[in-house]
Amino acid sequence: MSANLIPILWEATLQTLYMVAISSLLGALGGLPLGVFLACSQRGELLSAPWMNRILGLAVNATRSVPFIILVVAIIPLTRAIVGTSIGTNAAIVPLTLAAIPFIARLVENAIREVDAGLIEAARAMGATPLQIIRKVLIPEALPGITLGLTLAVVSLIGYSAMVGAVGGQGLGDLGIRYGYQRFMPEVMAAVVVILIVMVQLVQSIGEWIAARLDRRAPRNRGA
Amino acid sequence: MSGCADPAPAILFDNLGKSYPKAGGAVVALQDVSLAVPKGSITGIIGRSGAGKSTLLRMVNGLERPSRGRVLVEGQDVGQARGPALRRIRRDVGMIFQHFNLLASRNVRDNVALPLEIAGMARSQIRARVAELIEQVGLGALAERYPAELSGGQKQRVGIARALATGPKVLLSDEATSALDPETTQTVLNLLAQINRELGLTVLLITHEMAVLRDIASHMAVIEAGRIVESGPTYDIFARPAHPTTRRFLAGVTGATLPAFVAERLAPEPPGDPVIRVTFAGAHATDPMLARLATDLGISANILGGTIEEIGAKPFGNLLISVPLDRGAETRAFLERHGLTTEVLGHVR
Repeated sequence: MSANLIPILWEATLQTLYMVAISSLLGALGGLPLGVFLACSQRGELLSAPWMNRILGLAVNATRSVPFIILVVAIIPLTRAIVGTSIGTNAAIVPLTLAAIPFIARLVENAIREVDAGLIEAARAMGATPLQIIRKVLIPEALPGITLGLTLAVVSLIGYSAMVGAVGGQGLGDLGIRYGYQRFMPEVMAAVVVILIVMVQLVQSIGEWIAARLDRRAPRNRGA
Repeated sequence: MSGCADPAPAILFDNLGKSYPKAGGAVVALQDVSLAVPKGSITGIIGRSGAGKSTLLRMVNGLERPSRGRVLVEGQDVGQARGPALRRIRRDVGMIFQHFNLLASRNVRDNVALPLEIAGMARSQIRARVAELIEQVGLGALAERYPAELSGGQKQRVGIARALATGPKVLLSDEATSALDPETTQTVLNLLAQINRELGLTVLLITHEMAVLRDIASHMAVIEAGRIVESGPTYDIFARPAHPTTRRFLAGVTGATLPAFVAERLAPEPPGDPVIRVTFAGAHATDPMLARLATDLGISANILGGTIEEIGAKPFGNLLISVPLDRGAETRAFLERHGLTTEVLGHVR
């Protein structure tokens, strides 16, 4: 690989990291509370609001059933309204975030539903308010599961970020298509694939490590 | 207990009913339950699973709401309380659970601190209070451990410390020893009895094991199909069980069981000598009644089994005898006249 490709690869890597980082962050900011609400708002649950639950559940399902590449194109007017343009990494963050929020919400909802109902009962018996139960019981107990869910979401966003190249989103996926495929430079394609693999591996390992640190459900060896 | 003279019981179930709506009619969980739990007592409610004991217990802290009737805890109507008023009552009622319900993400100290955090106590105060509670249940060395690193008995001690944190007047126990081995069960029951003594708090427990009531309950009630079928001081009920369900629960818990070779040959009707269960309770528990049976009536009873145990620090004896068929009625009359309880279990040749 010629030396002048290195800076291009480096720049594309940074662009991917930037898009994934910001959309993961925004996705978590939106997805966490949405997931908590979905997990607690069915009839008879802590924040019982069955209608709101149904409406938000439908919205989440609708967003999740649109293929990502269609979503990117379909929301171009929205992207332009928010960012001012529909081209570039900042523009790409809008569809990435919009896809991340419902995905993360469902993962968070599942993690919270895994929490033993007995703990909720114990907290109610202590005189806890619904918000105290969410803050002091449900979220801390679900945290290992939430962490693994966020890891899965970040890995998926790395994959999605390759698709936004289709609308000028830049990043590694875009580089791979333009140089590797359209200019017949297989070494660029190979380099892009290797970088993506390393990135996903790193995210997965870090996520699993944090989740294991948080998980106290199994006894841990105490150093002698 | 029910309808008794105590003017201010810790808990009063007053004509309580609970039914759940269901397609094609309602499911009745509790019916016409009236029961007074005396202040400072350890009161046990025994019943099979599905009898309604769990529903009844959950009425006391408003986890379940009555469909009819009232539940008063220290004079406050739990069934009517909502929102902040209900949460205030709940802080006066501690609860422990069969499966402990400890937070896996918190160590012992932080688990015990949870109800205090919920009550909004200052951090510095929480620290001191939690240390005191952990000492009280004998877990001083394990404050930093997580629940996964504790045995069942230790977890239940954490549960007890947590339930006592806000200084409740009533402690509810939901099958708290059912997941523990017999030895651990004893230590946990002893701890409950000690807390009841030292703090003077009322304990209401539900169980399906008569042995639990025998060991610590001063008062008890038997629940079947949503109704209380018998209630009163534990000793009296053990000595004179009136309801068949109570007798079934008692079988095997107190007293002697027939040796297998006798039990196999036991027939419900004569011919054969009657096998009589004689229960010695109260003042008569230590009288030498069999000797008097021989000297006064000349009846020599054949002893098949027997035990003497203590229930609520009072002696409780139980003897299985057989006598000749033609002297059976005479024997029973003699023993009953002297204050013992008799029951014919069957006949054996």
